Amino acid sequence: MSEIAISVDAMTKSYGELVAVDGISFEVSRGEVFGLLGPNGAGKTTTLETLEGLREPDQGRLRVLGVDPFRRPRKLRDLIGVQLQSGALPENIHVGEAMGLFCAYHGVDPRDDLLDRMDLSSKRKAQYHELSAGQQRRLALALAVAHDPPVVFLDEPTAGLDVPSRVGLHALIRELQGSGTTIVLATHDMAEAEEMANRVAILLHGKIAATGSPLELTATGAGLTKILARTERGCLLGGHTHLPDISHQTVKGPYWICYSTDTGPTLSALIAHIEAQGDALIDLRVERPSLEDRFLEIVGSGDKA
Amino acid sequence: MSALLRHLAFEFRSGIRNRTLLLLNYLFPVGFYALMGLLMTQINPMFQEAIVPSMAVFAALAATMLGLPDPLVAAREAGIFRTYKINGVPAAAIVIIPAVTASLHATLVAAVIAITAPALFGGSSPSNWWAFAATFAATVLACGGLAVLIGVVSSSTRVTVLWSQLVFIPSMILGGMTGMPPELLPESLGRLARLLPPTHAMQAFAGWAMQATMSPTARLSLAILVAGGLLSFGLAIYLFDWDRHNDTRRGHPLMGLLALLPYAIGVLWQI
Repeated sequence: MSEIAISVDAMTKSYGELVAVDGISFEVSRGEVFGLLGPNGAGKTTTLETLEGLREPDQGRLRVLGVDPFRRPRKLRDLIGVQLQSGALPENIHVGEAMGLFCAYHGVDPRDDLLDRMDLSSKRKAQYHELSAGQQRRLALALAVAHDPPVVFLDEPTAGLDVPSRVGLHALIRELQGSGTTIVLATHDMAEAEEMANRVAILLHGKIAATGSPLELTATGAGLTKILARTERGCLLGGHTHLPDISHQTVKGPYWICYSTDTGPTLSALIAHIEAQGDALIDLRVERPSLEDRFLEIVGSGDKA
Repeated sequence: MSALLRHLAFEFRSGIRNRTLLLLNYLFPVGFYALMGLLMTQINPMFQEAIVPSMAVFAALAATMLGLPDPLVAAREAGIFRTYKINGVPAAAIVIIPAVTASLHATLVAAVIAITAPALFGGSSPSNWWAFAATFAATVLACGGLAVLIGVVSSSTRVTVLWSQLVFIPSMILGGMTGMPPELLPESLGRLARLLPPTHAMQAFAGWAMQATMSPTARLSLAILVAGGLLSFGLAIYLFDWDRHNDTRRGHPLMGLLALLPYAIGVLWQI
């Protein structure tokens, strides 16, 4: 995975006064699934659209498999597959027609197998406007990968999809990754990024606030472990409980929740405290910080700054 | 099948599947033809001479000027052009293919009019069918070019309607399609009429397709139509913008007015 598929060096892109992307740099290795995370307006879509050749960067150097996306769009078009967040097809085009048309422009045979994979084979004669939002998204994904591009850009691919469709799409992404395809995935879904991406970059106000594998990112940060406890008589719910290595504590319904910097001593003290109060433990959960927790922490600290 | 042929086939079918386009391509011109055939030939028997060319021009005008600009703007605003771009569809194909399919629809209607008008309404048949076909081709080239140019430079569908009607309505009134030649118009209106493709189309039909020999005016009108059409398509491709917001094109939208240059020369030379 060491060969570089995508490189972005000091890229800046503004719309009038608004700086959408502010000097970001990153690299994506071949065969890697790279997640772009960030709140709305962070610059994810602008970054993707610039890499796709749809927008010209104001400054910086971009390469996709060695190709400058904006200067050599014809060379780029067969190297990349794109599922746009705000793309669309003509409302009267049939599903089968769309597959035939775009495959013809890429110089490959229509991929009916992908329509089967995306559960669209029964919709081959359906017009685009007759498809549900989820079906339109699945068709967009099928069209994006129909010409077997070595690099695929997916912008919010599972937004609005039901659970089976999401599972199917994740399976396809894994399959693409298995075949060596490089995937750049912009998403709001932290669980999806944590599950699918080898590495992620968190964008905030047009800058990269953090980058690394989901494990690395969750391990860096404040490193707080979430402990949830529920007792028979609710001895923890009354007021502040004095335990070692606790950052902060709160109550949610019947659960007492605390965030610990050192789980072992906190747990031992917690159990001893409950016994000392003559209460009994009903439920105890210990959760490591998720990517979403880390994301919220970064976004929160970025907004304060 | 090549990509361009597939694209052409899809756009042609789209002109039938889409109810609005079906109306503009077929029902509107055929209905208007029937109405004009029934009424105008009774009111003005001279209209029998002009019914075939004037209704053929009307079919071309409806399919192009009313049917082309709005779908182009709507497609750009919906992000369809962006999808096309990332899949390698050239800008020229997006501009030219819908115009070609609109022309094909208009050609079918014009053929029906040319064949049925003599029997149904006592209309005069073209004296020279090749000249009729060539003049019709020049007409759809000119109208189609102007229509796609309007679609390309318009910032929204509302603006498109304004520009389209600015060509369509004066064309209907002044373009000679009701049987009134531009020579009979007051001088100022005559000049305005010569800025419109249908005026030159009617002059070319009258001076070539509907008579044995080609008149000099018909030749010049044909040249204006072809030059205007080619210039319009060239400008439409140059000014084409993939973006939804239509704000990254290569030139100012007012550059589109250059498409009127051949017609302006026609006004100056009183062609």
